[in-house]
Amino acid sequence: MLDGMNKTTDSRMKPRRSPGTAVMLLLLAISLLLGGCQRTEPLPFRLTNISGHMPALDFKLTDDQGKAVSGADYHGKVVMLYFGYTHCPDVCPLTLAQLHVVMQRLGKLADGARILFVSVDPTRDTPAVMHAYVNAFDPRAVGLTGDPGAIEALVKRYRSAFTREPASSDGNYEVSHSSAIYVFDRDGNARVLSTPADSQDDLVHDLNLLLSTGAPS
Amino acid sequence: MKLRTLSFLLAGVMLTGLSLTSGLHAAAADHIVASHAWIRVLPGNLPAGAYVTLENNGDQPVALSGASSTAYADVMLHQSSNEGGMSRMAMLESLAVPAHGKVLLAPAGYHLMLMKATQSVKPGDTVKLNLRFTDGSTLTTNFLARPADALDDSH
Repeated sequence: MLDGMNKTTDSRMKPRRSPGTAVMLLLLAISLLLGGCQRTEPLPFRLTNISGHMPALDFKLTDDQGKAVSGADYHGKVVMLYFGYTHCPDVCPLTLAQLHVVMQRLGKLADGARILFVSVDPTRDTPAVMHAYVNAFDPRAVGLTGDPGAIEALVKRYRSAFTREPASSDGNYEVSHSSAIYVFDRDGNARVLSTPADSQDDLVHDLNLLLSTGAPS
Repeated sequence: MKLRTLSFLLAGVMLTGLSLTSGLHAAAADHIVASHAWIRVLPGNLPAGAYVTLENNGDQPVALSGASSTAYADVMLHQSSNEGGMSRMAMLESLAVPAHGKVLLAPAGYHLMLMKATQSVKPGDTVKLNLRFTDGSTLTTNFLARPADALDDSH
């Protein structure tokens, strides 16, 4: 963002100034650009860039091993966050199956990534149920469940929602939930958003960028 | 005399009824060709999604109303949708297959939700589902059980 602004300012001002000032301004702009590169490199993402628009990864939930975990536990990994529930027979397993393909396409880099599947149905999704479920898709997928309040807070944090639909006569019910995949960098910063309309190639491309830049901290 | 007329009448009514019934029963299911039938098997006793392509080679539209199976106590016809960034599922009363057309039950769209498995279904198994049409006719179709991470690469 900043680098782009500097460039624009520089080219707009150039014709109005003397050659000496222009050169100085250009040098200043270049030094700013180089300086900027070391700190916040603007990555050429293909998906919707949410850098700076969505809050960093933060939650207190229980993983599929029954262990209490927080967002900080996944720092150092590139995270794909997806909300769903195990009694969802169609879209949730499809999304997780597709994310497994994405992981395979990343090759060795995939070890630096994690799929966090957060249940929006904590009543039925115990850590044990979640464990069997996520492992049916990918060894690098983690199932997260927990206190309904904590889950609601996480969903709201990413400006989404979930709704438990009315139960049928046998007590079964569906849960409407966000269809997006939120991608975070190794420092837990929100970076891109992948929706069902986006191509898998673009997700693989952007994950490659995040995984190949910045060593694990 | 009266009795004979009555019995003729009755026989006539019964015959008409029989031919009507069998005619109707033949209609929908007999014009449908099912292909790419598969089930995504999930761990434990979680509901599974079943998918199939239905082709109607008849001159009349037909409609799928559901299915039954000895392997699952409960089967529902569903439609997944994605609107405003939200994934939803809704129950369907029926799903039309146009005359000389086809309809796809495929991931993220129409599917049959199979619930309460009465037996263990493992990837590689073949499960019989009786597809039911709105006229009451049925079509027994073999569905291939595939693992949770299976992709719909058949279309």
